[in-house]
Amino acid sequence: MPRFQRVERLDASNLRAYARGCAILGSGGGGDVGTCLLQALQAVQDFGSVPVVGLEDLPDDALVVPCGAIGAPTVSFEKFESGEEGRVLEEVVEELTGARVAALMAGEIGGGNGLVPVMWAARAGLPLVDADGMGRAFPEMDQESFELAGVSPSPAVLTDERGNVVILKPLTGKWLERLARDVTVSFGGTSSGADHLMSAAEARRASVIGSVARALAIGRAVRDTTDPVGALVSAAGAVPLLVGKVVDVERTTAGGFARGHATVDGTGADAGRVLGIDIQNENLVATETARGRVVASVPDLITIVDEQTADAIPTERLRYGQRVRVLALPCDPVWRTPEGLRLAGPGAFGYGHEYVPVEPPHA
Amino acid sequence: MRDLRIGIDVGGTNTDAVLLDDAGGVVSKTKVPTTQDPSEAITSALTAVLPAETERVARVVLGTTHAVNAILERRGLRRVAVVRIGAPATRSVRPLFGWPEDLRSAVSAGEAVVRGGVEIDGRDVVPLDADEVAAFLRGVGAGAEAVAITGVFSPLDPRQELAVAQLAAEALGPVPVSLGHRIGSLGLLERENATVLNAALGSVIGQVVSGLQVAMADHRLACPAFLAQNDGTPMAVGLARELPVLTIGSGPANSVRGAAALSGLDEAIVVDVGGTSTDVGVLARGFPRESTAGVEMGGVRTNFRMPDLVSIALGGGSIVGSDGSPGPRSVGAALTTDALVFGGETPTLTDAAVAAGRADLGEAARVGTSRDRLLEALRRAEETVADAIDRAKTARGDSPVVLVGGGSVLLPDEVPGASCVHRPEHFEVANAIGAAIARAAGESDRIVVIEPGGRDAALEACTEDARDRAVEAGADPSSLETVWLEEVPLAYLDVPAVRVRVKVAGPLRAD
Repeated sequence: MPRFQRVERLDASNLRAYARGCAILGSGGGGDVGTCLLQALQAVQDFGSVPVVGLEDLPDDALVVPCGAIGAPTVSFEKFESGEEGRVLEEVVEELTGARVAALMAGEIGGGNGLVPVMWAARAGLPLVDADGMGRAFPEMDQESFELAGVSPSPAVLTDERGNVVILKPLTGKWLERLARDVTVSFGGTSSGADHLMSAAEARRASVIGSVARALAIGRAVRDTTDPVGALVSAAGAVPLLVGKVVDVERTTAGGFARGHATVDGTGADAGRVLGIDIQNENLVATETARGRVVASVPDLITIVDEQTADAIPTERLRYGQRVRVLALPCDPVWRTPEGLRLAGPGAFGYGHEYVPVEPPHA
Repeated sequence: MRDLRIGIDVGGTNTDAVLLDDAGGVVSKTKVPTTQDPSEAITSALTAVLPAETERVARVVLGTTHAVNAILERRGLRRVAVVRIGAPATRSVRPLFGWPEDLRSAVSAGEAVVRGGVEIDGRDVVPLDADEVAAFLRGVGAGAEAVAITGVFSPLDPRQELAVAQLAAEALGPVPVSLGHRIGSLGLLERENATVLNAALGSVIGQVVSGLQVAMADHRLACPAFLAQNDGTPMAVGLARELPVLTIGSGPANSVRGAAALSGLDEAIVVDVGGTSTDVGVLARGFPRESTAGVEMGGVRTNFRMPDLVSIALGGGSIVGSDGSPGPRSVGAALTTDALVFGGETPTLTDAAVAAGRADLGEAARVGTSRDRLLEALRRAEETVADAIDRAKTARGDSPVVLVGGGSVLLPDEVPGASCVHRPEHFEVANAIGAAIARAAGESDRIVVIEPGGRDAALEACTEDARDRAVEAGADPSSLETVWLEEVPLAYLDVPAVRVRVKVAGPLRAD
């Protein structure tokens, strides 16, 4: 008997819907979900389904391990996980802390990183916590709610598919990001990591709660309807920004990030309007081109979805001619605090504009 | 004098053939219904266009959908031993995971993920485990009719794939081997899938080639034979036997190449209207633009080169509903008996074209009281085609549009988004003309790590690789030219890795 109530299980019947939800919460980034979905499907087929637990169902001192994949998408299309990384992380974390791991948590729910911990949890026989550290995807490892709550990033564990292990004791989240990047390069461009190890009591105040259920609810809503975009808007509390067509995509690679700018021309009721969308791995800022007015901005989520299927279009797949809906999803309130905005607001990405929450004030 | 050439295109509904002179002029053409066994249609089409002096024919090029159909129908496929070089990485998704079960059981003779693989900077992930490879292949033994070998980052460095091919020859004797780096680009699972399908298709294409050679021998045609490939260029039948999966998208590609030849344009949108469907493709620098995203084939994700198309379910045989909606159902090959103007009972878009005065076929009077809804259907079909043209574009602005295919009579002379509309002569056999075009091409798609000062040498090596492939396909090595060369730097990496794609083309050498 499990010692906690199971909220839900992730298995072959709902992983596809969950993956669609993760892609939508990826805000255009977070890595492609395709390979990660296959990894999770194979893991639940071979090792059984993954129980999803609420943090409130875990004892206060239960050890919760946020984890995920780090690195270059180009590499992970070729050289992806062995599947054993989760067990290695679990073992090393237990050595370091002297405690048993009670559950895994996604560090980042958005994109493929929402699915990687599902694979590891299935293979390790561990539950997955219904929470994460972002509520979306962000480009940097330290852009996590755990940082805002003062959870130490140390110790952090990195491993690769061969079983190499590097233990980091970074002083700050910024050091974690810097050191982990270097180790990832040495590993050949991808690594698997666990950081911001916490007790369940700490995790309850430091995490974005309900992320797994939210991704699953969004994915199911989009799946079980004849109006996917409408279902997405109501399930995610999304603010529709524009109905239109992608008319231009510029890309550059700068500072190790994929940067770019997409232009979407309004069609139908939005004919005559034009939105510009700035990209740095994720969609960062949407601007009404005619008036130069920012209509949505980090840390809120900007998601571009297919007009018919409501499937998220990752930034690297944007191209001329796609018929899309541009939507904004309100971020978790933790990102709207002064500390949250310092870490992941417009200023953190080099913008000068002031952040205004995307949803209307009286909504 | 060998101054003539023959192009044949086997489509779902019709098999077309043309005889061209050395200036590209159409000497004769034919359209026959595609038969259950396509070799019958190939033989009758060949017979219809054959010149009296058969020794004047320099070559025969065949475009065929045999390979696609074999995969869709799981017919005639070889059993494949699947070797992935990559463990311990990549074991989280085993080979053929996610394939439709019936296709997997028709194709797989066993799968292994052996230790090995290459890093993006060229190091070994771990050394290749030759003993593991040999043990797996001995275990599969005679159960394997072919071997598919795919290594992590093999497009960057194929040496481990080549080493495993050597081991396969030692363990199994002369069994056909497909190597991932020759077939797909980056994306291990998609490349592996494409490589396995390639291995599985060997005997299907072998039969097509043999059938064509028999038909040619019956007609005393002693010239070389080619198959059309996914970019619309021919490849020598010997190479086609090794890389059958590269013939899979040849139908639409032939139309685009044929439209280029007929219109004289290098840049245009090509709209090919058939009996059941319409394909909108893009002609870029004289070749069909290729898809950057993966394509799904028989329920399997792959990433080999395919023409980038927008396909819609509208054609000359599309059935018009009682509310004036066109398609998606079609009368297909029964158009000449079922359509109203031909004395049938089913209103089709061809009837609509007759009602609108765009086509002069059958008895126009038989349209009768259906006229209003036929015109409504035609209007909606035009809107859908205009939308498909817009989706196919990669940039703003109008571009020239070339209309080809038997069903293109449906469309008006002005199309939204078109700077001008071309309706070349012989438009109805553009695909067979495309097949007969006399340029062969080769492509290379590699990841290279460019050290300081090494850029020119790296680009030259990729170009050389593409040249080798063009020559292998049948091009004359003395007059090759680079069609395009793209360099895309890869993000997030410390090593200066660049994806280089090169396409080289030249006239077929005279044999």
